[in-house]
Amino acid sequence: MKVDRRSFLGLGLGAAAGIAVSPIGMKLTDDSSIWTQNWPWTPVPVDGEVSYENSVCSLCPGSCGISIKKIGGRPVKIEGLAEYPINDGGACLHGIAGLQYLYDPARVKTPLKKNGDKFEEISWDDAIAFVADKLGDIRKSGAPEKLACIIDKDQGSVSGLFKRLLKTFGSSNFYTMPSLESYLELTAATLHGEGETISFDLENASFVLSFGAGIIEGWGSPVNCFKANASRKQRHAKLYQIEPRLSNTAANADRWIPVKPGTEADLALGICAVILKNKLFDSTATANFKGGLNKFGALLQKDYTSSKTAEITGVKASDIEKIAILFAKAKMPVAVFGKGRGDGAQSLKELVAVHTLNCLVGNINKKGGAFVQQKTNYLEFPDESMDSIADKGFGKTKLGPYVNQLIEKVNASSEPAVEALFVYNANPCHSLHDSKNAKQAIGKIPFVVSFSSFLDETAMEADIILPSHTFIERLEDVPSGAGLSKTVVGLTKPIVKPLFNTKNPGDAILLIAKALEGSIAKSFEWESYEECLEGVTSSIWDSLSEEGFAIISEGVPSGSAKVNISFLAKNPLTVQAQGDFALTLIPIDNMRLISAGVAASPFAIKTVSDKVLMGRDIVVEINPLTAKGLKDGGTATLTTPIGSARVKVNFNEGTMPGVIGMVEGLGHTFDNKYVSNKGINVNDLIGPVIESGSGLDAAFGIKAKISKA
Amino acid sequence: MKQENNKAYKFGMVVDLDKCTGCGSCMVSCMSENNVPFKDDESEKKKSITWMRVYKLTNGKAFPDTQVVYMPRPCQHCAGKGGHGHSPCVSVCPATATDYGHDTGIVSQIYTRCFGCRYCMGACPYHARYFNWWDPEWPEGMENYLSPNVSPRMRGVVEKCSFCYHRFQAARDQAYAEGNKDEIAEENYQTACTTACPAGAIVFGDLNNPAHQVHKIVKPDPHPDPRNKHVVGKSRNPKVFRLLERLGTNTKVYYLSEREWVRKAGDNYLDGEWDKIKNHHGAIISHD
Repeated sequence: MKVDRRSFLGLGLGAAAGIAVSPIGMKLTDDSSIWTQNWPWTPVPVDGEVSYENSVCSLCPGSCGISIKKIGGRPVKIEGLAEYPINDGGACLHGIAGLQYLYDPARVKTPLKKNGDKFEEISWDDAIAFVADKLGDIRKSGAPEKLACIIDKDQGSVSGLFKRLLKTFGSSNFYTMPSLESYLELTAATLHGEGETISFDLENASFVLSFGAGIIEGWGSPVNCFKANASRKQRHAKLYQIEPRLSNTAANADRWIPVKPGTEADLALGICAVILKNKLFDSTATANFKGGLNKFGALLQKDYTSSKTAEITGVKASDIEKIAILFAKAKMPVAVFGKGRGDGAQSLKELVAVHTLNCLVGNINKKGGAFVQQKTNYLEFPDESMDSIADKGFGKTKLGPYVNQLIEKVNASSEPAVEALFVYNANPCHSLHDSKNAKQAIGKIPFVVSFSSFLDETAMEADIILPSHTFIERLEDVPSGAGLSKTVVGLTKPIVKPLFNTKNPGDAILLIAKALEGSIAKSFEWESYEECLEGVTSSIWDSLSEEGFAIISEGVPSGSAKVNISFLAKNPLTVQAQGDFALTLIPIDNMRLISAGVAASPFAIKTVSDKVLMGRDIVVEINPLTAKGLKDGGTATLTTPIGSARVKVNFNEGTMPGVIGMVEGLGHTFDNKYVSNKGINVNDLIGPVIESGSGLDAAFGIKAKISKA
Repeated sequence: MKQENNKAYKFGMVVDLDKCTGCGSCMVSCMSENNVPFKDDESEKKKSITWMRVYKLTNGKAFPDTQVVYMPRPCQHCAGKGGHGHSPCVSVCPATATDYGHDTGIVSQIYTRCFGCRYCMGACPYHARYFNWWDPEWPEGMENYLSPNVSPRMRGVVEKCSFCYHRFQAARDQAYAEGNKDEIAEENYQTACTTACPAGAIVFGDLNNPAHQVHKIVKPDPHPDPRNKHVVGKSRNPKVFRLLERLGTNTKVYYLSEREWVRKAGDNYLDGEWDKIKNHHGAIISHD
């Protein structure tokens, strides 16, 4: 056959048409995707029966109910528990990411003992014997008060066991990390009397005047606050946010009132002055004020006139008056304190000044106001058995009122001020101001026992680690607190068998106590933590074990509260930022990061904006007016009196001129590539400033300068 | 094409931007529900796989008049011009790896069909699609929390939000088992972001069902936009808007805000254009 033009074209077109209609093209495409996609290393999750278990999250003081979805016995998802009295189905990102803590690469998998610079694995028996031996020596030396403990909170049975061990050992050196709960109790003690605490009825308040409280930044019981805030629109309630920067709370508020950092107390007093001057206060409430209301009033009319307050705070005098009138005339006003998450440094003057507003307008123990009532205690521990060493040691005064004084004393003394330290659920080497200083102090203590589940900065400094179960693996009572208007105790339940060779911290304490023998062992006669928990919570155990929670108090408390304003009448000093640079560096609480306790999970870190973290660089926010010589997105050197760091710069119109904002919760240095070595720790740049009169670290920030790197 | 025996759902979402706090719960709930992986550096956001991403918008004004709002952005599940299922991504996919579900209104993504040409990513006006540049890797033990309901993806494929399609399947199975195959109860099919939102800012449901909350808020117009026949399902609620609505992508994710500047941020307007149309929002002048 002759191949002519015609047949060539015919054949060509025929072939083209043939290929086009044949399935070969599709087949090859399909095959290529199959060949290139079925890798043996792509996991194929195992299917199984679906079940749900309820528990309580204890990552933060929020104490939300959670529902854990399991497939074939494996937990695969955490969600908020519907109809739980605190969060009713909502959950925050940290709780949802909770399973990442269970499988965290930085988990301590078995007891570790430090040998030189390295940790070595040891058995639980050896670890407990070693701790008991060291503690026994301290006791024999006649200085049992040299055993100290740093823990997250003074609530719940595990904390109670730590406290009990210290007491029966002979030490009162029990310290908690700063927390909103501790500030609420301190404010209540200053204004109302010992043993009281304060909470806020945000769900019902018609006018919330927040002095920097990050109501949607993780303040208080976060999910509960989110819900209260979300219902604001329907309730026609107002939120005014007083803060140096446009936080998410300020952005969501009806009005943002920018205030110079550290002058919130002055603004509160300025508002008090307007209320007193214009007789806008509730005279039945003020009739019972003790401690010199006239003296306080005279002081305010002298030092806190609207024009003087305006000068100090940067808020216009007319605005101060307007806010005071709005607040006093609102149906259900409430003033809320605790800057940021409320667990950082705070000044007692500020806390008391803000709460005095509540006292003046008479919203104490009224719907939508502030609730003042006795601290609830549902725990009934049997009496301790104290020997003479314990009595003597426990009778000695504490090294200082707060953890900052403990750090300072340890660093200042040449003899060991503390011989042994227990650390549980706290990471002072990262979350205290001047974290290098804290690290030095912890390093100086001869014997540090960490009960951490993770090899975090503080655990790295420990001599021995007795690893705890994570909250997915352990049993524990979790009381709510942190300003929540009701008190709910939840029960955290073990959802999976412990993954590693860890223990419930309660059981670890029981073992140590038993190994110490004598009167200490006698004070811990429970077989297990489980038995102890059932015993000490016997009044609510039925409800705890059946419902998963017990409501201790709810609704508006009855009765009024005594008010004594002598603290403010003495005109305490306002804390100033350390240093004399022109700008002020302030920490920012970001909901997607965690500033105290555990670090944020890989998922949470993933959600962090590139305007906060870029690669390994932390990004600080600064008003373009302040950023002379800097470039948006450029690199700069940030210097404060205690340190200097390389940062990236984000021009942010929501930051007050003169202020630099840096997020808290970054700059971890332990071994977990997903969350560590990212940015710097703001606490490396801010040092503590102790408030005279209260002894609190009240550093709201620090003076700083920034220049092109 | 509507299947004879099945009722046609049109699943959609409305997000109240005034309630959204930017907390990130929706993002994490989505990641943990859908086996989304994580890398050691996730700060390069174009390469960070987030089916649900929360954007921060500002009004651009100087201190102290600055305002900020957060905008969660899942896949918008476009119905395409005229609502006929020609979503921007579906139209360009050479492998039929992404398709429009006429019975659900959900834009699917079938990973094993995808061969990674990324045309769909170029076509998507909402940056809702992500490419797996690397194989996912979980630290030792962490693959134990992966859910069998969603296949883990591999290097070389595109992925995106599916409106938690596996939850739809489970709800459909449940409805069948309970004997009402035509009706999935509103509460039985909710996406992971919706149930996680602690502020209750996200509402999800069937836009075709007047009893559903999402329908009540959006009040979708049964008629096409008189000025642009490509735009359908426009909201008759003056506070509700869609992103780049005038493109005629006909997204099924609606946004709600009381604030005018936020609604304006939903599209690009010429100078003075917004002022002409904002007062009769129900009939926005669309591109012809």
